[in-house]
Amino acid sequence: MFVSLNWLKQYVDLQGLTPEDLAEKITKTGIEVEGVEPFGEPIEHLVVGYVKECAQHPNADKLNLCQVDVGDETLQIVCGAPNVAQGQKVAVAKPGAVLPGNFKIKKAKLRGEESSGMICSLQELGIDSKYVPKEYEDGIFVFPEDTDAEVGADATSLLNLDDVILELGLTPNRSDALSMLGVAYEVAAMLDTDVKLPNEDVQITDQKASEEVSVKVDATDLNPYYGAMVIRNIEVGPSPLWMRNRLVASGIRPINNVVDITNYVLLEYGQPLHAFDYDRFGSKEVVVRRAQEGETIKTLDDEERTLSSDHLVITNGKDPVAIAGVMGGADSEVHEGTTSVLLEAAYFDPQTVRKASKDHGLRSESSVRFEKAVDPDRVKRAGLRAAQLLSQYANGEVLEGVVDHDELSYEEAVVTITTSRMNHVLGTNMTDEHIQDILRKLGFSYNQNGEEFEVSIPTRRGDITIFEDMVEEIGRMYGYDDIPFTMPGGEGNAGGLTKHQSLRRKVRHYLEGAGLSEAITYSLTTEERAQMLISPDVKTEDLRPVHLAMPMSEEHSHLRLSMVPELLASASYNIARKQQDVAFYEIGSIYVSEESILTKQPNEEERLSGVLTGSWVSHPWQQEKKNVDFYVLKGILEGLFDLLDLESEITYKQAKVEGMHPGRTAIIELNGKAIGHLGQLHPALQKEYDLKETYVYDVDLEALFAAVSDEESYTPIPRHPSVSRDIALVVDNDVKAGDLRKSILEAGQPLVQHALVFDLYQGEHLPEGKKSLAFSLRYLDPTRTLTDEEVEEAHNAILEKVKADYNAELRG
Amino acid sequence: MQERLQELKADALKQVEEANEVKALQDVKVQYLGKKGPITEVLKGMGKLPKEERPVIGQLANDVREEIATAIETKKQKLENEALEKQLEEETIDVTLPGRPAPTGGPHLLTNLIEEIEDLFIGMGFEVAEGPEVEADYYNFEALNLPKGHPARDMQDSFYITEEILMRTHTSPVQARTMEKHEGKGPVKIICPGKVYRRDTDDATHSHQFTQIEGLLVDKHVRMSDLKGVLNAFAKQMFGEEREIRLRPSFFPFTEPSVEMDISCKMCGGEGCSVCKGTGWIEILGAGMVHPNVLEMAGYDPKEYTGFAFGMGPERIAMLKYGIDDIRHFYTNDVRFLNQFHKA
Ligand SMILES: [Zn+2]
Repeated sequence: MFVSLNWLKQYVDLQGLTPEDLAEKITKTGIEVEGVEPFGEPIEHLVVGYVKECAQHPNADKLNLCQVDVGDETLQIVCGAPNVAQGQKVAVAKPGAVLPGNFKIKKAKLRGEESSGMICSLQELGIDSKYVPKEYEDGIFVFPEDTDAEVGADATSLLNLDDVILELGLTPNRSDALSMLGVAYEVAAMLDTDVKLPNEDVQITDQKASEEVSVKVDATDLNPYYGAMVIRNIEVGPSPLWMRNRLVASGIRPINNVVDITNYVLLEYGQPLHAFDYDRFGSKEVVVRRAQEGETIKTLDDEERTLSSDHLVITNGKDPVAIAGVMGGADSEVHEGTTSVLLEAAYFDPQTVRKASKDHGLRSESSVRFEKAVDPDRVKRAGLRAAQLLSQYANGEVLEGVVDHDELSYEEAVVTITTSRMNHVLGTNMTDEHIQDILRKLGFSYNQNGEEFEVSIPTRRGDITIFEDMVEEIGRMYGYDDIPFTMPGGEGNAGGLTKHQSLRRKVRHYLEGAGLSEAITYSLTTEERAQMLISPDVKTEDLRPVHLAMPMSEEHSHLRLSMVPELLASASYNIARKQQDVAFYEIGSIYVSEESILTKQPNEEERLSGVLTGSWVSHPWQQEKKNVDFYVLKGILEGLFDLLDLESEITYKQAKVEGMHPGRTAIIELNGKAIGHLGQLHPALQKEYDLKETYVYDVDLEALFAAVSDEESYTPIPRHPSVSRDIALVVDNDVKAGDLRKSILEAGQPLVQHALVFDLYQGEHLPEGKKSLAFSLRYLDPTRTLTDEEVEEAHNAILEKVKADYNAELRG
Repeated sequence: MQERLQELKADALKQVEEANEVKALQDVKVQYLGKKGPITEVLKGMGKLPKEERPVIGQLANDVREEIATAIETKKQKLENEALEKQLEEETIDVTLPGRPAPTGGPHLLTNLIEEIEDLFIGMGFEVAEGPEVEADYYNFEALNLPKGHPARDMQDSFYITEEILMRTHTSPVQARTMEKHEGKGPVKIICPGKVYRRDTDDATHSHQFTQIEGLLVDKHVRMSDLKGVLNAFAKQMFGEEREIRLRPSFFPFTEPSVEMDISCKMCGGEGCSVCKGTGWIEILGAGMVHPNVLEMAGYDPKEYTGFAFGMGPERIAMLKYGIDDIRHFYTNDVRFLNQFHKA
């Protein structure tokens, strides 16, 4: 909502506040002022001039030579505008004037003729061309004849160039401020002053309107009030300059006096009106009804529109002449030759207008106001105000009476408040007098019983219905700045994180210390990516990616079942920008459902995923360089499981997983149950993503955290020395180190505490198809020192077991 | 005999003096102090001396031995020190060569900021509550005083999946769920961080996915002044002790009264500048007193219980704090962006 301060001053004494101070006050007490903009620039040496003579320039066809009286002298001005003529009052920038854009006016010779100044167009004075009336679009501005403008007078204020516009950011509840009067009430309450209401007295003729029109409403629920007035002998022409200035300042382009007056009253009262050409209405009866399915109307914008029974229409008893509250029909539009007007002032159901406005993609100054419910008390008054202006500025004769259908019942709402409850909620120490004072400023009447106030809410404030609404009114008028700072009392809460949240942080910090950067990707992805690289522990036959009913784009249409595809896209993005080394982790949800049409929310499972590619260690001058490989990634995950004290419950199983390298992928199992996977991305996918060797992982964090013990345990430091022995075993190539280790640990029970692979050898000195795996073993009995014989015995048991299990031979 | 001893001493000391390696010293030691050395010889011949001279010569011989031994030891120390110094000199490295890079992982800026805010409120006794991102319409809207057909649903055009299920548009449903779990009793004091989704086209200032942190305190005597106190403590810890806050009226369907909280502009100190659009204030979050309909729907008696709620956008705070100009940076995962905030 744009508020012209020059206009607002007509209703409220602004007490000499600067626009900035006023804006600050309005923002703090109620409505955010989003902008304070000067409407124009006051221009010195800009005066009203009278064109005494206008002749063609002797040396130029398209130029005129004008003699312009500017009060104290007569200036010769060369003017190229096609609409300049003798007898006009015009805006003259005298030499010395500076127009917007730093355009300095000087004496000059134009095609041999002296020119002392410029006759200005509105655009040249800084007014946006979209607000310039059509007749002045391609030429100079001419003051209307009835303008009270003395020749030589300063033109700045006549053209409203000294106005300042406040742009209000209205929240949906404050539709009362969608009118100048509403803003005036708000500002008056804030400044503790009165509102001067406009004149609604109308000169009427003897003839009764009811003889010329009847009103019938067939859908009272959607249209409880419809009032029609008839105004005769209208002269359509330009509206007065002050009105045009105010419309332009409010962002509305002046058209003609009839249209301008309905728009003016809309802005002033917040009540949309509609003027029909009475003679083109098509009948003498107004019938309001629901539209018939498929019925059509050609609206003012020349669009043919098809209606449904959800829409309310104004008809002439036969055909629709307007979509109620949204837009009038083209056939009954007021035009230059209009002499009689049927003026509508009505209350339309907000939902119905909203629906019609939405269905037809028509949001107008009218529909916006009807949608928020207009003030029922102002409907009729706005009509009278418009009639008054039409008689004054369009020479209309107003027929007696408002012909109406009136089923609109409204009363002022009553909200009871008490001083103590008010203080209890706000945390203030207000007295009854404070409350009285605030209610008086707001203009709310009340009955007081001790500390209890029965407050009558004016109809203009339809947003106030309950106690809490009054808390806001009283609070903001008291001043939010004056509410003290306190801390909540009540039972002391410890606050803190859940076990899950703490573990999540622990995991994050570990991964970051291990060299991974956290990434955050979008949960919504493409249909293709939603079905890619789903971890084996998630994937089932019936899994269905969840998709949006109405996505904005295919790009973000489906909910992910793995974070990996989008992480790969992020990696690819970096590589394309010469950032070759990427090591990401992400903790986030996947959305698991087996329903093709959701009847319940999907399961949201929290997972840890990531992507690694490029170099891992790079320290070139010491010849240290290592790219990311399977074991780099596995080492990070092993460290993670160790951190959670789960390393003994985790196993890695060689597996084939769709989208993954068939030989370099493992399923991670926790106590024998799959919880995720890690491995190299399939080279075909690497190519698709423009990536080199890339490793990914995807782990179910919830399963992992569920297995973490709550107990904080401590293992005493052994007091007896352990014995270390190395063992190198020759086995077939396809024997897995993990399986061999498992055998060693089993056979070595209970003395072997530790078995670590420290060497892998294939090649010379070994038979074809064989490899050597060397383990470092540690034997320990925490209660005593082991003898050589005991160690030897255990060692031999291990050798027997691995021989039996894997035909393993001690390497000679 | 005395002369002989003095002679031996002089010879020995001279050889010690001349020795320039430990081996040579060893030789001197063996030569003069060994069991077959000249001093031992002298001592053996002492029997021929008159009885009264024997102690004198014996004493002298011992002194000579000791003097030679000390000289050898001192010289040995000296040579060893020199050798060590020489060796250390040879071990000198170029300390200006680059070190081996340590791992350079780190958190995402948003996570870091959210954790910081979580910790601030945990310090004030709040718990962290989380909930589903795919929500029931009931919890996302209806339980928050936004019945079907409410015009304010326009304010947050949503990604629906079915008529009843949608991507949550704010983290407020977690508040509704948590209150419901408390069955109308006792205090609820939570903050709810998480991802939210709106039907927006991604550009520099809009993102269809972003994060939010909302807070809720419901108890028997919660006042608007408590909201001011808690937000003030938060703002001062988050943005600096010298920041002021102000509340101004606003509108949210789930709170009444509703306010926006501004903090005084750091760039200009409240004078007005381009960052604060000349107002001296920067909008940080929305808040208000929990609407009685919301309390009632969650099972709380609004006559007995009151509460406050607030909500903020970590992206917006990060953008203000670091001058980030495009919200899409948060989700592009450009390592040149991410790495900058690993130190934050
Ligand atoms: Zn500033």
